[in-house]
Amino acid sequence: MGNKDKDKVRLIDDNGLRVDGRRLDELRPVKLEVGVLDKADGSAYIEHGRNKILAAVFGPREAHPKHIALADRAVVRCRYHMAPFSTDERKSPAPSRREQELSKVIRESLEPSIMSEYFPRSTIDIFIEVLQADAGTRCAGITCASLALADAGIPLRELVAACAAGKVDGKVALDLSDVEDKKGDADLPVAFMPKSNAIGLLQMDGSMTEDELKQALDMSLGACRTIYEMQKDALRRKYHVEHEEPEKEEIAEVKA
Amino acid sequence: MSTTHQPSPLAKLEQKTIQEMILKGKRIDDRGPLDYRPLTITPGIVEKANGSAQVYLGKTRILAGVKIQTGTPFEDTPNEGILTVNAEFVPLAYPTFETGPPDENSIELARVVDRGIRESKAIDLQKLCIEPGKKVFVVFVDVYVLDHDGNLIDASGMAALGALVNSKMQEYELKGGEVRYKDSKVALPMLNYPVPVTSAKIGNSVVLDPCLEEEEVMSCRLTVTTGRNDDVCAMQKGGLGTFTPEEVKQIVSSAIQKSRDLRTKIVSKVN
Repeated sequence: MGNKDKDKVRLIDDNGLRVDGRRLDELRPVKLEVGVLDKADGSAYIEHGRNKILAAVFGPREAHPKHIALADRAVVRCRYHMAPFSTDERKSPAPSRREQELSKVIRESLEPSIMSEYFPRSTIDIFIEVLQADAGTRCAGITCASLALADAGIPLRELVAACAAGKVDGKVALDLSDVEDKKGDADLPVAFMPKSNAIGLLQMDGSMTEDELKQALDMSLGACRTIYEMQKDALRRKYHVEHEEPEKEEIAEVKA
Repeated sequence: MSTTHQPSPLAKLEQKTIQEMILKGKRIDDRGPLDYRPLTITPGIVEKANGSAQVYLGKTRILAGVKIQTGTPFEDTPNEGILTVNAEFVPLAYPTFETGPPDENSIELARVVDRGIRESKAIDLQKLCIEPGKKVFVVFVDVYVLDHDGNLIDASGMAALGALVNSKMQEYELKGGEVRYKDSKVALPMLNYPVPVTSAKIGNSVVLDPCLEEEEVMSCRLTVTTGRNDDVCAMQKGGLGTFTPEEVKQIVSSAIQKSRDLRTKIVSKVN
């Protein structure tokens, strides 16, 4: 985001491929891992393109300070933070206005998925640390934090998957990379719960016509569905227990 | 850290009433679902500012002031002036507004207003370059919330736009690297007129321009900022609820439509 130079940099070549060789509707490689930190109640790690992000969840635990507690639900707290070494130029470790805004919109995208009504007077704390940033950190952070919430055993209505779409060289494109974000025309980050058909985060900057916007929205929702399946696979990898297999067969036989 | 906020105790009591009214196509202040509150905009309230505008949106009152000073350009944009937007929730505007550093709500407000102006390329920043890489004009937009009756984003965005359109800057000449101001003034070079339009989801209904009572019971809101060619230049969802993709598309369409009248009104009143 920010300064979009109109330097004549071509972001899409004659074959319709992007700077990193992707098609317009192609995601960057995504790698997810659940349960990566020892002391956190739940944690996850995501590599999305060159983004490397850790998320940790503590709680539900007693609200502290006490006055922030709510009588009928848990308070959710969220911090999105970028490591000083995560960007090209060193970023001051003090939370910037951007990070404060993102902490808010990320919390608002995850809270609808959390059954916070089961934990009155407690807090659920979500920490997102961007170790390396490469455009799309808020979306990758949400995808990762949702897995950390599940890993903490917090009851969720659904996992939240997030992905941005945007506009590059006048064409609607999925999951913008760093160059595309800086030199491109628009960016539209979306967080989505596919089964509930519910959008929890939606932001946009740049310039798009109504039709382009609708097209980009559909494109990002499709990518969220793909990422949602990856999230479920990541949870299965962590919680699948090999030796339980024979028991399942026995049950099947009894039923038959 | 961003924390779930304490809902107003009245919100729970009013929620049902407001929801039931909306289901019947009515609102607590007698508007229809897609009616905007009356908008009044008065330019030039503060003479010492380069530009200013006061907006009343119903009972919400915002004063935006523009100050233009010189400064050093950012390294990656040596030929462009700088835009800075700040928002103050002044304590006199609402019982729970407190003094102290800006909280996440005022930061979000400032950043959403900023995004609309910046992304629509409202100000011709290239014309604000005095000496490339060395000296440029910095446009400070300060949004003052004076009375809070809901939908601060739209009112602030329109006040900021009004103040920018109202802005005059001193003409200058360069003599040996020094800026010398002349007596004459010119308008701030504007290329676009971004207007934010916010919709709120209450129950399963969507209404335009929520008042404060509606904001307290809404599940979420979506702001769509549109430029003068109907292009969308910024969006922001807020609140703990969710939208369906269909609702989003509907909201975008109605926001684009509504922004046209609002833009005409602001530009004609201020110019």
